[in-house]
Amino acid sequence: MSASSAFSDEKGGSASEPEYGHDPASGGIFSSDYKRHDDLKEMLDSNKDSLKLEAMKRIVAMIARGKNASDLFPAVVKNVACKNIEVKKLVYVYLVRYAEEQQDLALLSISTFQRGLKDPNQLIRASALRVLSSIRVTIIVPIMMLAIKEAASDMSPYVRKTAAHAIPKLHSLDPEQKDQLIEVIEKLLADKTTLVAGSVVMAFEEVCPDRIDLIHKNYRKLCNLLIDVEEWGQVVIINMLTRYARTQFLNPNINESLLEENSEKAFYASDDEEEEDKKAEPATLAKRKPYVMDPDHRLLLRNTKPLLQSRNAAVVMAVAQLYFHLAPKAEVGIIAKALVRLMRSHSEVQYVVLQNVATMSIKRRGMFEPYLKSFYIRSTDPTQIKVLKLEVLTNLANETNISTILREFQTYIKSMDKDFVAASIQAIGRCATNIGEVRDTCLNGLVQLLSNRDELVVAESVVVIKKLLQMQPEQHSDIIKHMAKLIDNIQVPMARASILWLIGEYCEHVPKIAPDVLRKMAKSFTNEEDIVKLQIINLAAKLYLTNSKQSKLLTQYVLNLAKYDQNYDIRDRARFIRQLIVPTDKSGALSKYAKKLFLALKPAPVLESPFKDRDHFQLGSLSHLLNAKAAGYQELPNWPESAPDPSVRNVEVKDSIPDWSKCSSRKDRKEKKVEKPFYSDSEGESGPTESADSDSGSGSASASGSDESGSGSESEESGEETESDEEEEDEEEEKKKRKKLDKTKAKKQAEESAERCTIHTIHQISTFSCFAQTPVLKQPPKQSKKESKKETQEMSLLDLDDSPASASVTPVNFLSSSLVSDLEGLSLTDTILAPTVSSIKMYELLHRIKGEGLAVEYCFSRQPFSPEPNMVAVQIQFTNNTNSETKNLHIEDPRLQSGMRIREFAEIGLQPTGESVTVVMGIDFCDSTQAANFQLCTHTRKFFVSIQPPVGELMTPAFLTENDFKKEQGKLMGMNEILEKLTLGEKCVNEHVIVERVTATANLSRVPCGSDKECRFAGKTVSSGCLVLVTVTTKEGGGAQLTVNCEKMLIGTMLVKDILQALSQ
Amino acid sequence: MIHSLFLVNASGDIFLEKHWKSVVSRSVCDYFFEALERATEPENVPPVIPTPHHFLINVLRHRIYFVAVIQSEVPPLFVIEFLHRVVDTFQDYFGVCSEAAIKDNVVVVYELLEEMLDNGFPLATESNILKELIKPPTILRTVVNTITGSTNVGEQLPTGQLSVVPWRRTGVKYTNNEAYFDVVEEIDAIIDKSGSTITAEIQGVIDACVKLTGMPDLTLSFMNPRLLDDVSFHPCVRFKRWEAERILSFIPPDGNFRLLSYHVSSQNLVAIPVYVKHNISFREGSSQGRFELTLGPKQTMGKAVESVLVSSQLPRGVLNANLSPSQGTYTFDPVTKLLSWDVGKINPQKLPSLKGSVSLQTGASKPDENPTINIQFKIQQLAISGLKVNRLDMYGEKYKPFKGIKYMTKAGKFQVRT
Repeated sequence: MSASSAFSDEKGGSASEPEYGHDPASGGIFSSDYKRHDDLKEMLDSNKDSLKLEAMKRIVAMIARGKNASDLFPAVVKNVACKNIEVKKLVYVYLVRYAEEQQDLALLSISTFQRGLKDPNQLIRASALRVLSSIRVTIIVPIMMLAIKEAASDMSPYVRKTAAHAIPKLHSLDPEQKDQLIEVIEKLLADKTTLVAGSVVMAFEEVCPDRIDLIHKNYRKLCNLLIDVEEWGQVVIINMLTRYARTQFLNPNINESLLEENSEKAFYASDDEEEEDKKAEPATLAKRKPYVMDPDHRLLLRNTKPLLQSRNAAVVMAVAQLYFHLAPKAEVGIIAKALVRLMRSHSEVQYVVLQNVATMSIKRRGMFEPYLKSFYIRSTDPTQIKVLKLEVLTNLANETNISTILREFQTYIKSMDKDFVAASIQAIGRCATNIGEVRDTCLNGLVQLLSNRDELVVAESVVVIKKLLQMQPEQHSDIIKHMAKLIDNIQVPMARASILWLIGEYCEHVPKIAPDVLRKMAKSFTNEEDIVKLQIINLAAKLYLTNSKQSKLLTQYVLNLAKYDQNYDIRDRARFIRQLIVPTDKSGALSKYAKKLFLALKPAPVLESPFKDRDHFQLGSLSHLLNAKAAGYQELPNWPESAPDPSVRNVEVKDSIPDWSKCSSRKDRKEKKVEKPFYSDSEGESGPTESADSDSGSGSASASGSDESGSGSESEESGEETESDEEEEDEEEEKKKRKKLDKTKAKKQAEESAERCTIHTIHQISTFSCFAQTPVLKQPPKQSKKESKKETQEMSLLDLDDSPASASVTPVNFLSSSLVSDLEGLSLTDTILAPTVSSIKMYELLHRIKGEGLAVEYCFSRQPFSPEPNMVAVQIQFTNNTNSETKNLHIEDPRLQSGMRIREFAEIGLQPTGESVTVVMGIDFCDSTQAANFQLCTHTRKFFVSIQPPVGELMTPAFLTENDFKKEQGKLMGMNEILEKLTLGEKCVNEHVIVERVTATANLSRVPCGSDKECRFAGKTVSSGCLVLVTVTTKEGGGAQLTVNCEKMLIGTMLVKDILQALSQ
Repeated sequence: MIHSLFLVNASGDIFLEKHWKSVVSRSVCDYFFEALERATEPENVPPVIPTPHHFLINVLRHRIYFVAVIQSEVPPLFVIEFLHRVVDTFQDYFGVCSEAAIKDNVVVVYELLEEMLDNGFPLATESNILKELIKPPTILRTVVNTITGSTNVGEQLPTGQLSVVPWRRTGVKYTNNEAYFDVVEEIDAIIDKSGSTITAEIQGVIDACVKLTGMPDLTLSFMNPRLLDDVSFHPCVRFKRWEAERILSFIPPDGNFRLLSYHVSSQNLVAIPVYVKHNISFREGSSQGRFELTLGPKQTMGKAVESVLVSSQLPRGVLNANLSPSQGTYTFDPVTKLLSWDVGKINPQKLPSLKGSVSLQTGASKPDENPTINIQFKIQQLAISGLKVNRLDMYGEKYKPFKGIKYMTKAGKFQVRT
């Protein structure tokens, strides 16, 4: 590395630097800095990459040490377009560091990144977006916004991931963009790749954590993807889902807590759980409904459980807190083992885990009891770990294990670490208060400690004994006497104060000693600490009230001393007490009650864990650790009283994630074989977002370049329940077959497109599914790169629409054609027999179940829409399957892309049960396949629906003569012409079938043609009236060539795709 | 998430800083230095320190504090785990993670940090991906780079990030294909004064060094998988397969990695391989104390106990120790009061012992605490739990790899109370 030489220079430079500073004669640090930077500037301006690199390395080293290098900004920024990758990277590092300070100059670099955003290579696009979004310059907010939006619809999941990362950056730069960013987040949340999931949820948590409604539709998908997401993403997703589940599901412990209440009472005597139970009780009693766990709740618990085995402590902790907050009591136990395992990790991890275990062990003691010994303390543990372990041990102590725990504590008291010894004594005190049986044993042990040589130990024992004695003072007057003697030796203020309080409080038990102690204390009053002084006054007052004969003078003396004390609290207290206890003529009515005031029976203190009630913070969070709300902490909501509508999580049937549990229960192996591709297919339908990985193993495995890798089976397995070996093997074989097919296809296409992009081969294969899907994209070789890029972009924009309508247009594009024909054989024969039926295809707008009985279907009737000729007529059929009438059916609140318009149908006043009504509405799609979104309203409900037209429905037939056709075709050459070779499907045997297929796909009319090898079709787009010309030329041996001429390239591209599809079947 | 990172050395100097968002002034570390001063021992600095506007989460490794600056709520373990991952990466790249190594490779460090986090959120933490992005510095490469001026940033764009097996590089090629697995078990135990075991458990790991061409798919099965009570896996291991068949099936990362760590169920009694006889006593009024220590093997299944090292923190009142070992050497540091005895191998015929007297400070009273004795040892070719690998198979590639499995038992946190 050339850095080594650079470094020796650098070190020399830095070593000499202080000299400049110290020597005033050398002209000060500025000139030397200036000089030094001068040569850096020269190096940066040179033509040699090696010099530039060395300069950049030195600059980065300066930044790393926190030295200011901002004056080099212009020189560095110039190199942003440098060819050398390392120089470029270091320039990026510099830029991100200093752009904020030099906003104007930073703008110079923007164009480079904008160019990078359009690069055909996904990695370059991603890195350009990453740097662009990291530059914190407010002026470029609109550019960033645009870049993020574009990248969010990129076909590469890696770029989309980068877009998700960029969202919080932009949000922190300009919070006003929030609304727009939320739209992007919503879009990315629908993404089905594991790569994107973690990043977008992170963005969600930073930008709009309260928009829980965005999660509904993606909930099941997130649960299913979880295991394959990278570990950091898992943490974020699990934490978010915990919060989500708390708002959507019912408390799984409602009934149990009711049942167990009685039996548990003895055990959890001090638990606050009971209070909760009591609160929950009326609700449960009222309902008396047996609790049934929402299947989605179960899904979450089931899918997170394997992650307890993660090597990443943060993931394990995230799952543990999820179970603690969400799981039924009986199931929480499983997390204990994993948490105990984490205790073997680094001490920082131990620290955090122990804090959480301490909180959990208060509420669910039984969970950690089997692991009691894992919390035993070693002398080599850091003190903070020791103290936390002690806390846990104390929480776990009960009647059965207290003897072993106390024996452990005894050895701890002998430790050399005094802070730890003090904590141990406190712990013994807490055990003694909580468990009555051992109180005396503990007390005796503590009294023995009073003779310890270490003063700290003694002091701590005194404080604890004081608290214990308060529980049963009568039996322990000799202990009090013993302690009175100690006052001569103990110097620790807290302990002295405790002893004095004890003697004062129980002066009746030690009538002889108490006045003597007061006498001693009166002597040393002026030298005592404040808390001790206050207790001396206290003791004096109490003695005055009980034994005024012996202590009257002493009390007067002490009060006089206190009157002139430096501390105003003490002066105050003295004045107050004097008024209260010494009867004068002026003294008010209160002095009568002085005795009651001072010698009232005081309740014994409750020794509580500092971790009690900490579980109102989400466990594992920073706020929980600090026991204070940190900025940006999201409250963990309480369980809802009644469950919100679970149907919000239902996803439209067509692009829903297959329900794996059902899938696994299917017994018939054969059926499965057929269903599999169907499923992956249906997943695929919803758009290309998952193109890189949803196609389960096949795409991904080939991406990694191996023929027989089993990784394919893994991702499937993870989703499914257990399968038998045999099945798995079969499946793998099948997959191999498929993979081979895919691969050959991919290879061919890759070759074809080799010139278009210079991407790494493997990358190409990994993204082949994108190519496979858009075969027409291959440009004629002579076309400029720029154009192809544009195309790609537009493609990806369109592809992102994932409404069901578009899905049905391209149902099988992910599968290799042979398999498709195998599968679809049956349905195809159908189509041929009744072409007219299939040409008007019904699409579903609202499913019967989702619409609560109202089913809505639509079709493109291909009739001109009379009120407005440039609208597409959409025929909508309402079927009322409910038991009641539906009223006031109408459209509301259309959300349309700019330029699009809707002509609503007239409101349907009344629709009786079981009847169907058909209406026609017009939509101007502006010649794009963007969906038209609107709300369908009845008198009770509103449904969000969207209509997305297949491209073929955006045109009307145009009637041309052969000559006109040729003339028009001549005008639409070059860029506007798309040529594609294809192999006709088995069924496309004659012209007739071809014509049928084409007209079924697109609303075109046949143009007469002299040659029987050619079929010509013409149409024009509905909205703008652009001509669309299609020519199919058949060749010998089933080959054919498809030519589409259209001014609107986008329409052309998509049409080619659709027709190709139709013909090759 | 993570805002900035400061590296602080043992003497309390910041020697590297890196910011992922706006620059946070290094004065924020003052709060950390305060905590550092308050802590009696270096490892007693609280891992999370709240300051008025930020939170500092720090990790101590190799005598370097890695201090991350956080501005808002984030799971502390998330940050801690990430910082440890950073240290592991440095260690992987430079062999050691020391201040000198980091300073020498500051540019590589910076490039690594840049790739590992984006806007404070982890981006690429798999060592295989990072190595594709940034080549680790080797002596040869350093020389070549100085002469030719080439770079250590990967020329090819990394494809690993796009892959479904992100932990494995593509296009791996070796002339010798080898896969080595080390089964290492550690015994954690506390033995009480009388020699009875208070708690003992076995924690094990399987570390692997896999150098195989292409994309191999390995399966590893055990003779007695029921022994494993609690396991945690490298992400490459297929969990379902383990659940169903107790077989480890995985596509390994390239190079060294930890395949599995496990815990042997506590129901099984743990065989303690060594015993200690000790007699440490101080008499009241005398400035001398007696010190006797004898070690012996116990339940070692016929294997030799090697590399034995005994250490003990003697009470503060101890001035000096005058001891004679029957084998090995011992040292006593009068400042830290740390006694350590390097025993070597235990010979069952002639048990090693350390006898003599310790002198107390004049006037100091008899210490009432007794020192604990920490023992380290190694036993080669033995997994104390009895775990045995049954077989290792490879699918997906044609060649025949060389396979090797090594067993070892070590002392983990092995303490004897006196």
